[in-house]
Order: sequence, then C-alpha cells, then structure tokens
Amino acid sequence: MDGTTLRPGDEAQLAEAVAWAAAEGKTLDVAGQGSKAGLGRPVAADFRLETTGIAGVVLYEPEELVLTARAGTPQAEVEALLAQRRQRLAFEPADLGPLWGGPAGRGTLGGTFAAALSGPARLRNGAARDHLLGFRAVGGGGQVFKSGGRVVKNVTGFDLSKLMAGSMGTLGVLTELSVKVLPVPEKTRTVLVLGAEDDAAARAMALATGSAHDVVAAAHLPADVAAASAVDLVSGTGKSVTALRLEGPAASVEFRCRALRELLADVGRGEELHSRNSEILWREVRDVSYFAGAECAVGDGQVWRLSVAPLEGPRAAAAIRAELGGHLFYDWAGGQVWLCLDPRADAGHQVVRRAVAGAGGHATLVRADAAVRAAVPVFQPQAAPLAALARRVKDQLDPAGILSPGRMGGGG
Amino acid sequence: MHMPEPDADVIARRGEIIAALSRILPADNLIVDESELRAYDCDGITAYRQLPLIVALPETVDQVAAILRYCGEAGVKVVPRGAGTSLSGGALPLADGITLAMGKFNRILEIDFDNRCVVAQPGVTNLGITQAVQERGFYYAPDPSSQIACSIGGNVAENAGGVHCLKYGLTTNNILGVEMVLMDGEVIRLGGKHLDPGGYDLMGVVTGSEGLLGVITEITVRILRSPETARALLIGFASAEAAGDCVAAVIAAGIIPAGMEMMDKPAVAAAEAFVHAGYPLDVEALLLVELDGPEVEVEDLIGRVRAIAEGTGAVSVRVSADEAERQSFWAGRKAAFPAVGRLSPDYYCMDGTIPRRQLPTVLNRMRDMSEKYGLRLANVFHAGDGNLHPLILYDANAPGELERTEEFGADILRLCVEVGGVLTGEHGVGVEKRDLMPEMFGDEDIKQQQRLKCAFDPAQLLNPGKVYPTLHRCAELGRMHVHQGQVRFPDLPRF
Repeated sequence: MDGTTLRPGDEAQLAEAVAWAAAEGKTLDVAGQGSKAGLGRPVAADFRLETTGIAGVVLYEPEELVLTARAGTPQAEVEALLAQRRQRLAFEPADLGPLWGGPAGRGTLGGTFAAALSGPARLRNGAARDHLLGFRAVGGGGQVFKSGGRVVKNVTGFDLSKLMAGSMGTLGVLTELSVKVLPVPEKTRTVLVLGAEDDAAARAMALATGSAHDVVAAAHLPADVAAASAVDLVSGTGKSVTALRLEGPAASVEFRCRALRELLADVGRGEELHSRNSEILWREVRDVSYFAGAECAVGDGQVWRLSVAPLEGPRAAAAIRAELGGHLFYDWAGGQVWLCLDPRADAGHQVVRRAVAGAGGHATLVRADAAVRAAVPVFQPQAAPLAALARRVKDQLDPAGILSPGRMGGGG
Repeated sequence: MHMPEPDADVIARRGEIIAALSRILPADNLIVDESELRAYDCDGITAYRQLPLIVALPETVDQVAAILRYCGEAGVKVVPRGAGTSLSGGALPLADGITLAMGKFNRILEIDFDNRCVVAQPGVTNLGITQAVQERGFYYAPDPSSQIACSIGGNVAENAGGVHCLKYGLTTNNILGVEMVLMDGEVIRLGGKHLDPGGYDLMGVVTGSEGLLGVITEITVRILRSPETARALLIGFASAEAAGDCVAAVIAAGIIPAGMEMMDKPAVAAAEAFVHAGYPLDVEALLLVELDGPEVEVEDLIGRVRAIAEGTGAVSVRVSADEAERQSFWAGRKAAFPAVGRLSPDYYCMDGTIPRRQLPTVLNRMRDMSEKYGLRLANVFHAGDGNLHPLILYDANAPGELERTEEFGADILRLCVEVGGVLTGEHGVGVEKRDLMPEMFGDEDIKQQQRLKCAFDPAQLLNPGKVYPTLHRCAELGRMHVHQGQVRFPDLPRF
C-alpha cells in the first residue's frame, strides 16, 4: 500500500471509487477509522478506502427498537445516543483497541458489524449478525445495493445481513446499517463463585446457563487472570473467579441471584457484584483487558480466540497449555476461550488448531505482529469443499478481487 | 402466477432419469406413479398445484449427494421438500423437476444437555425436538403454528418464526450448525456446537434461502430451559389505535413480552364462536400479552403491563389466574385461522411486517381496500414485532374471486413496503410473493442476491422459479464490471 487514502463523502462517490478501482484493477484496503486493522491477515492494497466521510444517524426510533446510521458514524456516538434513551446494542460489541495497543472508544458502526466482535452477552442475546436488520452497501463492481429492512421479522430474499456481518469489508463496503437496539435492563448483578478449577467451572456454568435463571453472561477467570482485574472483589481473592451475570427487573434479579447462589453452593464460596463493579468486570472480559497493555503480565503475548462447544473449552485449553504454556480465560460459558501465548514465529498455530479441531470449533489469531499474521493463517483453515464455496462467494461478490484481498485468508 | 416453461427435453428423458435414480435409491424410495405423485402436488398453499416429474425419498446423506450430483450433471431441476407446510409455495413441484422429499430423515441424532443443543435430521418435526428434551425441562424456542407437522429442515429453509419470536428470535437466531449438500454433490458443514461459525456466515444466508442454495441434511439447534412461569393478559380496546398505542408503550417501557398478539373484531368473533375462549365480543381489538420468567418477575411485569393498558384506554383487562386459563386465552388465538376459515369457503393468509407504530394506519387502509375489493378481512397479528396476518375471505368457486383476492393481497403487501415494512415476515417469498419482489428491491438488490445463488448453484437447478421473478444467467450477472472508459477518475477528498 502506498499510503494514499480515498475518503469519499457520500455513497455515490464511494460507488464511483470502487467502480473505478474494479475497472483499473486497483486493490482497496476497506476501513472505517482503522481501529481494527490488527484483525485478519494484513492487506497490501493500492489504496486505503475509508468510510469515515459517510457518517451520521439517519433514523432512531426508540419505540421501534431500531436505529439506522451511515457506516462511518463513530461507534461511540451511536452508543451515547442509545444511552440517552436507556437503550443499547445487546450483543455488547467488544472494543479491542487497547488490546491492539491503540486507544479505547474508537471505531465506526460499520466496523463494529464488519468485524462482528460480540461480547459476553452474546451467550443469551445473540451475536452482531443477529442485530443487523438491513444495510446498504457498494458491491465489488461499484454497484450500490441494499438488503433486509428495518424490522426484525423479515424473510424477504436471502439474508445478506448475516453474510456481511463479520466479512470485514471483503464482500462489499457497507454504507448504511439498520440495527436492532434493546432496552438497558433495569438492574444488573453478577454472582461470583470462587476457587473452581477450569473443568468444574465449565460444569458450573453449564448448570447455571441450563437453569431457568436466565443467565446473560458466564465467564471464568483462572486465578492468575483474576488477579489482573480492577475489581477488588475479583482480584483480591487470590482464587479463580467464575462470574454469572443476571439482568432484568429488580425483584427478579434479586430472586435469581439467591437461587443461583443456592444452585452453585457446592461449587465454591459465593459473592455478588452490584452495578458498578459488575459493569467494570464485564467490560474487562468483553475487551480482553487482561491481555492488553502494561497492566497485564502477559501484555506482549500473541492472543488467540477459540470458539468451541462450551464444555470443550477447558479440554482444548488444557491441550494447548500442556505444549505452549500461556494464560487464558473463558467467556460464553466456556465456549469462547481467550488465550495469550509467548510470542513465536508460528504463533503455535498447529498446536492451537489441532486442539480446536478435536473440539469441533475454530481458532482466530487475534493479536500478533503483521509478519506473523501474514505467515500464519489468522482464521481457521476450512475443509476443501467449504473453502471452495467461500472462494466462489468472494469471486461472485467481488469478481475483480479488489476488496481487502486476503484479509479473511484463503476464502477471501 | 406463472412458472418458468418446463423443459420438454427433460420431460422426454423421464424414463432415463428414473433408471438413473433407481441405481441410487431402493425402488420403495422412488415415486413415479401419477396417483402417488398426486400427494406431492402442492404444499400449504393449495391454490397452486403441479405434479412433480418424480419424487425421490432419500434416507442417507450419500444418497442425497448422489442424487444431486446426478441431477447436476444431467441438468435436472430439484425441488427440496420438508413436511410440505409452506405457506408461500416454496415446495411447489416443477413439471420438469424432481421433488426431493426429506421425510425419511426423521431421527434425532444427539441430545447434548451439557452444551444445550440437539442434533437432528431435517425431517424431525419442530415440536419433536421440544418433545425430546422437555422431560429435562428444556424446549426449542421457535414455534410456528404448524409446529406439530412442519419439519426442522423446512424451518431452516424458511427461517420460520412463531408467536414467541419477539423475545426468543426466529430460526436463524436459534441454530448453531447445519450440514448440507450442494448441487454438485459436495457435503459441507457450517457451524457446529459452538456459538459462531468461522469464516463467512454462510449458515446465516442458508437459513431462509427457501431451498435455493442446497439441501439440508442435519441441523444443530440451541435448546433453552423452559421458563418457570408464564402468564397472559387479555386486553380489550375500543379502537385499533388504542391497542397499537398500548403495544408501543409496552415496548417503550423496556418490556419485551414472550408474545404480544392482536386480533381485530372479525377475528375475535370467529375465534370465540369456534372455541368459546371467553373473548369479549364488544371490543374492536383484542391484545394477548404473555410474560414469562420467574414468578416474581412475571408478577411484577403483569402489573406494569396492566397499568400501561389502562393508561392507553383499555376497556377490559383479564389476567390468567392459572395455567388452564392461560391456555384458554391462547386457544382462541391458536384457532384463529381455522375459525376464520369457517366464515368463508376459502381464506388467503398474508404475512407482511410493518413498523409497529404504523399498525393503526395500515389497519384503516386495509379496511378501505376491503370495501374496494368487496372482500371481507379478518386480522391476526404478531403485534409485538409488527408481523401482520390479514386473512382475506373469498370463494374460489366464484368466478374471478381468487384473482381479486390475490390483487387485494398484493395491495396489502405494497402498503407494508410503503410504510417502511417488508413483504414477508415469516412465511417466505416462494412463488406467492415472487412477483412482488421488485416492490421492495431494485434490480441491483435482486441481482446481488442472485450472485450469491451463483456461488452455490451456478446452473440454477435448485428450486428455480421461486423467490426471484427473473432468472438471470450467472454469466450475465458476472458481467457487471465492464466499466472501462465509462468511469471517470473519482473526484474524492484527500485523493
């Protein structure tokens, strides 16, 4: 990339830029503010194409639970607007800026959905893809198109929103998004269980999420990671901490807190976090703060994200740790494992991939130097027929191969 | 409604195709006699009928793969079929195509309570999944009204909804993995028991793709613990506007009920006459609101919803005292379609979605249309998510009435799009709404969807004639980029 940035001021200009690039065979590194540039295989493109010039909230109807905004709208602006009406994006998009060594609070709405990094509440509330109701975008040929709508119940035509969420700009450039928003719950509390080993914690989380107590989020921090929390009740115990979040009307939350503590009484000593501490803890888990910056002993390591069946989490993690060491914690009731390893030229990818393959899931190399990410597959390599299909999808939607080529790996 | 002209050459090769399929399937799994084919000539929309060329009933993934590979090579079209309950003609057969009926894939393969999921073959019924896990207190959340009969494979193909999807989501929000066979016979797995499929979210686009992208052979669904308590309120209003206001106020108060259903006066009258649910007959609109969760939460929310209802002009409020009463509240709603069916020889069920606040406007305009077309209308809505089910009453034997009904229905759907909604909320496009797609989508929007189709099925042999009004050849869709010489150098800031 020669550093030249295209920053169209509206959708028509953006379409013109993409059409021109397709015709000339110029490649584009598609970005919002570039806050997630550390994710994916590094893109060597002729130009950087930024959506930040296409910004602004188009429509916000709190009573309809929908917001429509242009792709370049700052994520922080969207969140502040929603907060004024006590609403939010219920999948809790992660802010991994500090994990990649940048500032917190950056990024665009388009980038949030293009990267689709869902937070702890994904367990109950669904992922980014479940909250994208419709969009406008520019396809690989420079054509403007739209899909979906701004109502939740919609089965009109293929659900391209799902495909665009998480495709990191490789299948089209989002220009406008309609997203589902939900009320902020009246009350939040977190039940803590102290001292459980990983396996026991996973079983406790399965028991809790399989109960009628409507657990929103479930994470387990082994003692070394818990020690890095800014919440005293978490860091001060010297033990591992299993955290279970409850939300809803006050009376209901209090009732379920008691019920959950009873249910888990045999697992370990219980504690409770109220609003403020609960918020801090879940923000740390969401943003993988334990592996970011100087606060964490393992701040310089390579960071992997594993996605496996919840009870497979500890097994996959143990297999990796036996060979590579490192630090880790669990989110999504054990189904999402964040792993921090000492830096290696190959990021230990064969060991990691073997462990998740055995568990039927996948692994993403979320943080590593660009040279490592260029040499090691960032996303899980897929079985041949699926990889071929993903390739055909990319070729159909971006025939000239100009949209962030290679960022998703083999498929796109 | 016209289907693409059947390929006379394929029909002429019928004997050869039967012979080829006989090498893949046992004789019992192949239906070729006209009298037996008759059972497959339509789905839930009986107004559209067509005898399939052949019906194949595979039992294994290998057989499905072999059939699709053969059909791909021989240029034979394939219509996948689950339980045949589609309300949009998604499984309508083709005269020159094989109907691939998946009914023999009827086993639950694994129940994994630890990871809260069930792995099922596509022919298992929606309710069958819940029945398999309910003794441990679990259930599968999406509950289309046909749940006793409809198959989970069909649910995935149509992205089925139900009365509880306001709180618990549609099929797409409740599945974790899919195994499917592509038209070239390749078997692929998307997702699994983990929460996010890696790479492009192809499972997301396969869900709701109406049998156009592949044949689903296995599904992993999430199961949930049944709520401790569920109670319902039955709220009467003197106007649809007031009922609409109540719906909006409940949502605005941050309450997401498990279900929020509305019926208008004709629908209430029909349901009451049919099942004697105790519905008030003197109201213009009846709202059924269900709340679930722990007893203490339900108690609290019942009080809040009651206060909101009274504040928005409710003329009657009843709260279910026990499970039997809750069931009786639902009995009328669940019987609404057949109840309305008793009022008229035939009825036509529509399925648009609109922004909630447009409910009163849309109701009034539909009333005007009803007068204009001289056809009666009863309305049943999933009010919480703005999904309308207007039922147009007609008599198929009266000359011209079916055509008028279809026009009326099309006008209703155009109205839904006009006010910011969509053509179909949960029944699918199929053949029924196919020709209305341009009301909602421009040419480029539709072409973009068809490009995705080309990645899965470049010869367009899977379920052609459904969803998209015009079939573009994939080669033609690929030619979009010949812009050389026409595009001027973009004049961009900071370029």
